Amino acid sequence: MTNSAVTTAFAKAAAQNRAALVGYLPAGFPDKDTGIKAALAMARAGADVIEVGLPYSDPLMDGPVIADAVYRSLKGGTRVKDVLDTVAAISSAGTAALVMTYWNPVDHYGVAAFARDLASAGGSGLITPDLTPEESGDWPRVSDEYHLDRVYLVAPSSPQARIAAITRLCRGFVYAASLMGITGTRDSVSASAVGLVARTREYTTLPVAVGLGVSTPEQAHEVAAFADGVIVGSAFVRRLAAAPTPQDGVAAVRELTEALAVGVRRG
Amino acid sequence: MTSPPARPPAEPDIAPVPDRAGHFGEFGGLFAPESLMAALEQLAKEYEAARHDPRFRAELDELLRDYASRPTRVTEAKRFGAEHAGGCRVLLKREDLAHTGSHKINNVLGQVLLTKRMGKARVIAETGAGQHGVATATACALLGLECAVYMGEEDTRRQALNVSRMRMLGAEVISVTAGTRTLKDAMNEAFRDWVTTVDYTHYCIGSVGGPHPFPMMVRDFQRIIGVEAREQVLSLTGRLPDAVVACVGGGSNAIGVFHAFIPDGGVRLVGCEAGGDGDAPGRNAATLTYGSTGVLHGMRTYVLQDDEGQTLDTHSISAGLDYPGVGPEHSWLKDTGRAEYRSVSDTEAMEGFAALCRTEGIIPAIESAHALAGAMRVGRELGPDGLILVNLSGRGDKDVATASAWFGV
Repeated sequence: MTNSAVTTAFAKAAAQNRAALVGYLPAGFPDKDTGIKAALAMARAGADVIEVGLPYSDPLMDGPVIADAVYRSLKGGTRVKDVLDTVAAISSAGTAALVMTYWNPVDHYGVAAFARDLASAGGSGLITPDLTPEESGDWPRVSDEYHLDRVYLVAPSSPQARIAAITRLCRGFVYAASLMGITGTRDSVSASAVGLVARTREYTTLPVAVGLGVSTPEQAHEVAAFADGVIVGSAFVRRLAAAPTPQDGVAAVRELTEALAVGVRRG
Repeated sequence: MTSPPARPPAEPDIAPVPDRAGHFGEFGGLFAPESLMAALEQLAKEYEAARHDPRFRAELDELLRDYASRPTRVTEAKRFGAEHAGGCRVLLKREDLAHTGSHKINNVLGQVLLTKRMGKARVIAETGAGQHGVATATACALLGLECAVYMGEEDTRRQALNVSRMRMLGAEVISVTAGTRTLKDAMNEAFRDWVTTVDYTHYCIGSVGGPHPFPMMVRDFQRIIGVEAREQVLSLTGRLPDAVVACVGGGSNAIGVFHAFIPDGGVRLVGCEAGGDGDAPGRNAATLTYGSTGVLHGMRTYVLQDDEGQTLDTHSISAGLDYPGVGPEHSWLKDTGRAEYRSVSDTEAMEGFAALCRTEGIIPAIESAHALAGAMRVGRELGPDGLILVNLSGRGDKDVATASAWFGV
């Protein structure tokens, strides 16, 4: 099987002695076109992988910044098709795109149908924050069939046995939640992240990327010293939300990406 | 109609459903962020150990008896049956007489004892009508635990009495302004708190929903309602009821009263959902009537959702039933055909509310009034030979403002 775009992106970053920069944006925020423009700006400014958030009515793992953005996106009428269009725009520009989604929208769409449509949009796979390996059902088989990545999360509280089971199922990379909590910017990177990445590496050779609470170039630099990837979400969304015009929002996303792309360099 | 001879209450093995991972057939299970998995595994383990620990059982039984006033009585509602339920004999299981005014205390005492056993110092809860919040605040005051209750802003307004009660009991009440500002959003916010504070906090879920082991554990703590009632009905009437009727939001009082009767094939189990003011999407909370299978709040179950799996807004005059999901065991009971679920509109529920007030001198919670309205219908179907047990899950003091506005009194 050929490597996914995500695997290639992590390998390229490693070869350049830096961590991969993974940026998150919810589809359809502040509107579909601006969301796509922001994602493309992110890609051009140095993001290696883009997580496209599928807006969901009950985002349990998200703090106020992302929860408000997806609420507004849904109120604006965003549908799965808009998410897939966003993915298609990013992947046709040559950047790896994953969909970050709570499980119910995929479950409701039909796992096989979702995988088929995601693959045909050029998407690399799914990040699934509320799906456990135990409840994954057809997803492992179907994602094999469509050569899609499966990104599950490990947490500071995960016992070794769970890390082993989760990493066995992951493909593309492993998402290490830096802290016990929800999405949102924090003043400092949690000390638990280093230990979690080290514990995860005992079970897998997949890249390990750290997310939750990472928002500044300094924090990105700190994380790049021990992880293969740095995931930033709320900091981008906050800039888009705060911008007076869509153009300003896209520019703000570009600037932050450029700064973070410097931050993820090692040494 | 022949009456079977009186026999001791059924005490079926409570293990056949769910399976070890919390599945009731295809429903239930465990869809949760990885950050919570260790805590959920710990909870399942501690609960299993506590369940078999005679000291835990003894401590819980003592609290249920001496503090919560169990067993609650069964009262025959003679005038209500004669005038409003087709002449059918109607018995009320009086959970409204339990301490704090509803069945919620049964589950809370169990979970708060477990919290102490796990060495955690803080309890959080979600609440709709405020009954679960009040029960949690009460148990935390009794056992010296810190307590925070999440409640939708809309519900803090319509259940203001319970907000005051919780604060008086020393709990922090956090008003949730996200989404529809009701029970679902309170639950989202409680989960967010729990992900962050799980080291020292127990999330005391008030219904038979959420990720495993909650649906099973809350069911086990609530099944005392049906165990008592089955024996009481037998000794009072010499036979089993034709139907057991309860309201269903998340479904804890209904599971509580149904469970001991599940093996009794001749007993109809009737759940009454909030039909709101119509069958249009967003105008009711009748999940089992209008919903479809999905994943919400950590469980696979029936969900009120749109064509893309987004949770629908709900409406009910009753804050406690205003929820777009339902406990997975109810989904299982529906699909297996063992229980039947009916939608009861706001108007019908308020008719049941008024009927009980005026014929029996009991002001029911508006949640429980849905069961009374259901019993009025079932009673007319059964006629004068029928025998119905209604779970009167709570009292209506908290609802006097809503009811006064409804009736214009």
